[in-house]
Amino acid sequence: MTRRPNRRQALAAAWALPTWAAAQTPTARLQVVASFSLLADMVAVVGGDAVQVHALVGPDADAHAFTPAPADAQRLAQAGLIVVNGLGFEGWIDRLVRASGSKAPVLVASQGIAVRALGQQVDPHAWQSLVAAQRYVENIRAALVAARPAQAAAINTRAAAYTRELAALDASVRSRLAAIPADQRKLVTSHDAFGYLADAWGLDMRAAQGWTTAGEASAADVARLIRQLKAQRVRALFVENISDPRLVQRIAREAGATLGGTLYSDALSPPGSQADTYLKLMAHNANTLLAALQPGR
Amino acid sequence: MTLLASLHAALVQPFVEFGFMRRALVACLALGLSCGPVGTLLVLRRMSLAGDAMAHALLPGAAVAFLLVGLSLPAMSLGAFIAALAVAALAGGVARFTAQREDASLAGFYLIALAGGVMLISLRGNSVDLMRVLFGSILAVDDAALLLVAGVASASLLLLALVWRPLLVECFDPGFLRAVGGRGALHHQLFLVLLVANLVAGFQALGTLMAVGLLMLPAIAARCWAHSVAQLSVIACAIAAACGYGGLLLSYHAGLPSGPSIVLLAGAVYLVSLVVGTRDSLRARFFTAHRHRVA
Repeated sequence: MTRRPNRRQALAAAWALPTWAAAQTPTARLQVVASFSLLADMVAVVGGDAVQVHALVGPDADAHAFTPAPADAQRLAQAGLIVVNGLGFEGWIDRLVRASGSKAPVLVASQGIAVRALGQQVDPHAWQSLVAAQRYVENIRAALVAARPAQAAAINTRAAAYTRELAALDASVRSRLAAIPADQRKLVTSHDAFGYLADAWGLDMRAAQGWTTAGEASAADVARLIRQLKAQRVRALFVENISDPRLVQRIAREAGATLGGTLYSDALSPPGSQADTYLKLMAHNANTLLAALQPGR
Repeated sequence: MTLLASLHAALVQPFVEFGFMRRALVACLALGLSCGPVGTLLVLRRMSLAGDAMAHALLPGAAVAFLLVGLSLPAMSLGAFIAALAVAALAGGVARFTAQREDASLAGFYLIALAGGVMLISLRGNSVDLMRVLFGSILAVDDAALLLVAGVASASLLLLALVWRPLLVECFDPGFLRAVGGRGALHHQLFLVLLVANLVAGFQALGTLMAVGLLMLPAIAARCWAHSVAQLSVIACAIAAACGYGGLLLSYHAGLPSGPSIVLLAGAVYLVSLVVGTRDSLRARFFTAHRHRVA
């Protein structure tokens, strides 16, 4: 007599458990999957303890050459929000989201920024401008508030503080750059990822290679660049964290320019190192640029 | 005079004006010098695809060295060298002690090595540095890489001069070599070491895939022209050197990536040789057949 009800109770409990867990999810952390490390950092700062963020392309890895693992599709399937840069930066993301069967909304963090053209295509590296980054933060804030209205106040506070930090860094860089004459702000990088940065801060920046990391440079490109470096007396040459430094070293030596240091483009550095958050990355890039451009170097 | 001047501007000027062009050219010429005879021997020994297999076998060694030491030319060359030799030795050993044929065991081991290399790179999570290195750039050749290429080329030529005859005899008549007391197996091992050394030198300059291109294509193309083994290697050297020079000029004037330019030029030479060459070509076959019928 006592056995049957017990079994029913156990079954009922087993049935109820997932329903109960589902009912609890609004107060659990929102699972956010960001396409790459910089976006993940922004989401983590704005979301705070309301979110748990995972970056598909981690620190020091190249989003252009990303190959998804099954675990990535699983994370997408379980995500409550997917944040991507857009502007064609993650060519693989649409297929991956579709393949994972995820029902989560996809936020394009770059929507609403002033888009920069690069040849026939759109330049996706908009986060390199601190002005555009404030738009990113606003987009992320709105999406997080929509997903977690209960925590709207805290999210809004964090977003506002973060935006103030971004604006303050931007203003400080601009005032320090003002001391350097405009015709001396000439640099060359090995990767054409700094168009937005150059536009925002008034730098004359040229690339050593085509605009994605996928192409191989031709002898004509290298020769043109060396001629240009020599003719325009470019001060500094930069190697960024994800491409072959040897070609740039060769060019610098041949043109008599100095190697300016490392600029971070598409990825944070590993946790605990000099550019492991978006804000630190931008401060590092600014300091490196300013040091290389100082007159009398 | 203007024709001469424009020819000078097109063919010589780039190398006069730019150091990186001179370095790239020297690297190509040095590679061509040793790739000619080594490629010829590969073709004669029916190991044309072994070069490709060995080039893939370099990967895990270079990857391990990169993970341990970082972007260091000596360490990565040594690692690649050891890994490829290990694959060659394992494949040879298996072929010797079991009923497996050498090409089958070589395929087995090089695929294991290749997958192991890709696995190692992925575990580290940062594939790009290494991919750049694996697809090395002929335009970025630095002093160390140039010394390596030149050193390997010189050593290869000296060593080949010593073992040329036994190696050839083994290609055509291994029984005779054994009968006169030659040690075919030893020479075969030595040749594999040479092959791996040349691939390592080539992969630093051109990347793994392109290195095999400069090794094999000139040697195969030379078969359509040469009448003796000595001619084969000399013509292969000449084609390799010409393709290095022409490919760099093509890359300079047409703005094309240099590695593929060089190898595609070698490929074009092969295709043209196949059609109009004096031996073993389409022309030779149909022209001589026709003449025989008339006579």
